[in-house]
Amino acid sequence: MSEAAIAASPLATASEAQLTWLRFRRHRLAMFGLVVMLLLYGIAIFAEFVAPFSPDKSNARLVFHPPQAIHFIDDAPDGWHFRPFVYGYRLARDPKTLAAKYVLDGQRKNYLKFFAHGDSYDLWTLIPGNMHLIGPEDPAQPMFLLGGDRQGRDVLSRIIIGARASLSIGLLGVANSLLLGIIFGGLSGYLGGRVDWFIQRVIEFIISLPTIPIWLALAAALPKDMSPLTKYFCITLIISLIGWTELARVVRGRFLALRSESFVTAAWLDGCSRKRIIFRHMLPSLTSHIIASVTLAIPAMILAETALSFLGVGLQPPAISWGALLKEAQNVESIAAAPWLLLPGAAVAITVLALNFLGDGLRDAADPHAH
Amino acid sequence: MGRFIARRLLGMIPFIFLVSITVFLLIKLTPGDFVSNYAASLAASGETVDDSMLADMRTRYGLDQPVIVQYWDWISGVVKGDFGYSFQWQQPVVSLIGERIGLTLIMSVSTLFFTWAIALPIGVYSAVRRYSWGDYFFTMLGFLGLAIPGFLMALILMFVGVSVFHTDVGGLFSPEYANAPWSWERVVDLAKHLWVPMIILGTSGAASLIRIMRANLLDQLHQPYVDTARAKGLSEVTLLIRYPIRVALNPFVSTLGFVLPQLVSGSVIISIVLNLPTAGPLLLQALLGQDQYLAGAFLLLLCSLTVFGTLVSDILLALLDPRIRYQ
Repeated sequence: MSEAAIAASPLATASEAQLTWLRFRRHRLAMFGLVVMLLLYGIAIFAEFVAPFSPDKSNARLVFHPPQAIHFIDDAPDGWHFRPFVYGYRLARDPKTLAAKYVLDGQRKNYLKFFAHGDSYDLWTLIPGNMHLIGPEDPAQPMFLLGGDRQGRDVLSRIIIGARASLSIGLLGVANSLLLGIIFGGLSGYLGGRVDWFIQRVIEFIISLPTIPIWLALAAALPKDMSPLTKYFCITLIISLIGWTELARVVRGRFLALRSESFVTAAWLDGCSRKRIIFRHMLPSLTSHIIASVTLAIPAMILAETALSFLGVGLQPPAISWGALLKEAQNVESIAAAPWLLLPGAAVAITVLALNFLGDGLRDAADPHAH
Repeated sequence: MGRFIARRLLGMIPFIFLVSITVFLLIKLTPGDFVSNYAASLAASGETVDDSMLADMRTRYGLDQPVIVQYWDWISGVVKGDFGYSFQWQQPVVSLIGERIGLTLIMSVSTLFFTWAIALPIGVYSAVRRYSWGDYFFTMLGFLGLAIPGFLMALILMFVGVSVFHTDVGGLFSPEYANAPWSWERVVDLAKHLWVPMIILGTSGAASLIRIMRANLLDQLHQPYVDTARAKGLSEVTLLIRYPIRVALNPFVSTLGFVLPQLVSGSVIISIVLNLPTAGPLLLQALLGQDQYLAGAFLLLLCSLTVFGTLVSDILLALLDPRIRYQ
C-alpha cells in the first residue's frame, strides 16, 4: 500500500474505541448476544406494556391452561386476512377418569390485536396506562401464549415482569462487586507489599469456599418479615459479597501488568504526572478488560439469584423473579401437569447464553494483540 | 517433597480454624435462635408457649451463653470428633452427617473423574480439528451446559424420566437399599443411581474444562517444538500425546482447586431438587430451623473438603511440573 493510501484508510486514524468496536462487530455471535441483551433489557424496562396481562390477574377457572399458538393469517369465508388469533380451549371431562382437561376448540377463534387495551398498570409506578403490546380484542377472552399457572395467571406476563428483578439483580450485583473489586484490587495492585499479601489471602480464602452453602447460610439469616424491596437489596448484596473476588483479581492483575508496559514507562520518562499516567494512559486500556469481565460476571449473579429464590431463601412471592417462578415447578407432579412452568428457566438460559457470547466477544475485541 | 506436603498440611490448620469461625458467625448472624424458632412454630400450630419452658430449653442447649463460649464449646468438641447435638433431630450430629458427607464426597469425586473423562478427549479433539463441525457442535453444547442452571437440568431430567420412562430419577438408592447396611449389592445399587446427578453436576464443569483444554492445547500446537517433532517423523498421535497434551494438562490439574468447590456447591442444590440423601436437603433444613450445630458441621466439613481439594491440586501440580519449586 502506498503512503497516501494508508493515510486515506479510515483505520489509520481510528481511535482505540473505534478499533475495538470494529473488532467486536466482526464477532458474529457477540453481535447476536448484544442484540438479544438490548432486547431483553428493553422488555424488562417496559415490562408492564410488553406483558399482555397483569401478572397477578388470576382466574380459578383457567388453572393450568395450556399454551396457545398465535395464528396470523385468518382464513375467513370472504378470503384471507392478516388478523392474528388463537384457537380457544374448552374444559372437558375424561370419560374414564373424570379428570378435567382442556380440549382444543377448532371453531372458536379469539382475535388478538396489537396495542390492545387491557389490564391497567402504572408504568414505573408513575405513568398510568392500560395499553399492551398485544392482547385479545375482547379483554374478557383468555389468551395464554405460554400457558397458565396453578392460579390461572399468565405465565408469559409473569416471565416478562420477572425479567425486571432477575436482570436488574445481575446489573446491581455486578456494580457492587465492581466497586469492591476496584477498591481492593486497586489497593492490592497499587500498594503491593503487605496489603497486597493480606488482600490476596482473603480472596483465596473466599474463592476456596463453596458458594451455594455460604449463600444459603447468609440468605437464611435474613429476617422472614422483610419487605420485598429490602429483601431484594439484601440478596443483591449477599450475591456480590462472594462475586467481587474474581473482579478484584482481574483489576489487580491488569494493574500489575500495565505498570511494566513500555508505554507507561515512556509516559513516565516523558515526565507525565502520576495522575495523568493513571487516568490518561492506564485507565483507558483497563476499562475494556473490566467491561468484558463485568459482562462475564453478570450471568453468575443471575444464576445465583435464580438458585436462591428457587430454594425459597431468595425473593419470595408476591415478588416475581425467574427463580421465584421456577419454584412453582419444584415437584414432578406440577411439571408433569404443566411442563410450561419450566419456561422461566429457558429465559434464564437465553440470558446467560447471550451474556456469555457478548462477554467473549468483548474480551476478544478488548485485546489489542489479537488477530 | 515430603517436607513440602507436611508444610502445606500444617498451613491448612489455621485456614480451617478461620473457616470454623466464619461458619459459626454466619450461623449466629440470624436473628433469634433455635428455641425462638421452635416457639414460633408451636404458636403457629396453636399450642400455648410457656416462657419458663423455653428458658429451660435455652439453658439445656447452652443457647443462653455468649457466642464466644458457644463457639469454644463447639470447636473444642469438633477437635475431638464430637460435632455437638442436633436440636431438630434430637440426635448427635455425627450420626446424622456421617453417611451424608460420605455420599457427597463420593458424588463430587466421581463427578470430577467423569468431567475429566469427557472434557479431555473433547478438548483435544476441538483443538486439533479447530473450526470443524465437531468443534462448533461441542462449543455450542459447552455454552448450553454453562447457561442452563443445574437445578433446571435436574427438573428437566425428572420430567423426562416421569413422562417418557415412567421412572423416578431422584434418590441415590432403590427403596429396599435405602436404609440397608453397606453391602456389595448396595454399592451396585448406588452406582445405578449415581449417573443422573453425575451428568447434571458434571455438565457445566465439563463445559468450562473443555474450553480451557482447547485454549491451552491451541497455544501449544503452534510451538516450534511441535514442528521439530513432526519433521523428525513422529506419528501425529504419538506426537500429540507425548508433548503438547502433557504441557496442556498442567492448568487442567490446577483447576481442581476451583472445580471441587463448584461441584460441592452444585451438589447441594441438586440434591435438594432430586431429594438425594447427601448434605444438601439436611443443610437447608438445618439453616432454616437454626439447628446451629448441624448446620455448622455441614458447612465446616463442606468448606474443609474444598480447601483440601486445593491442597491436593497443589501437590499434584508440584509432582507433575518440575518448574514449580517447593518453596
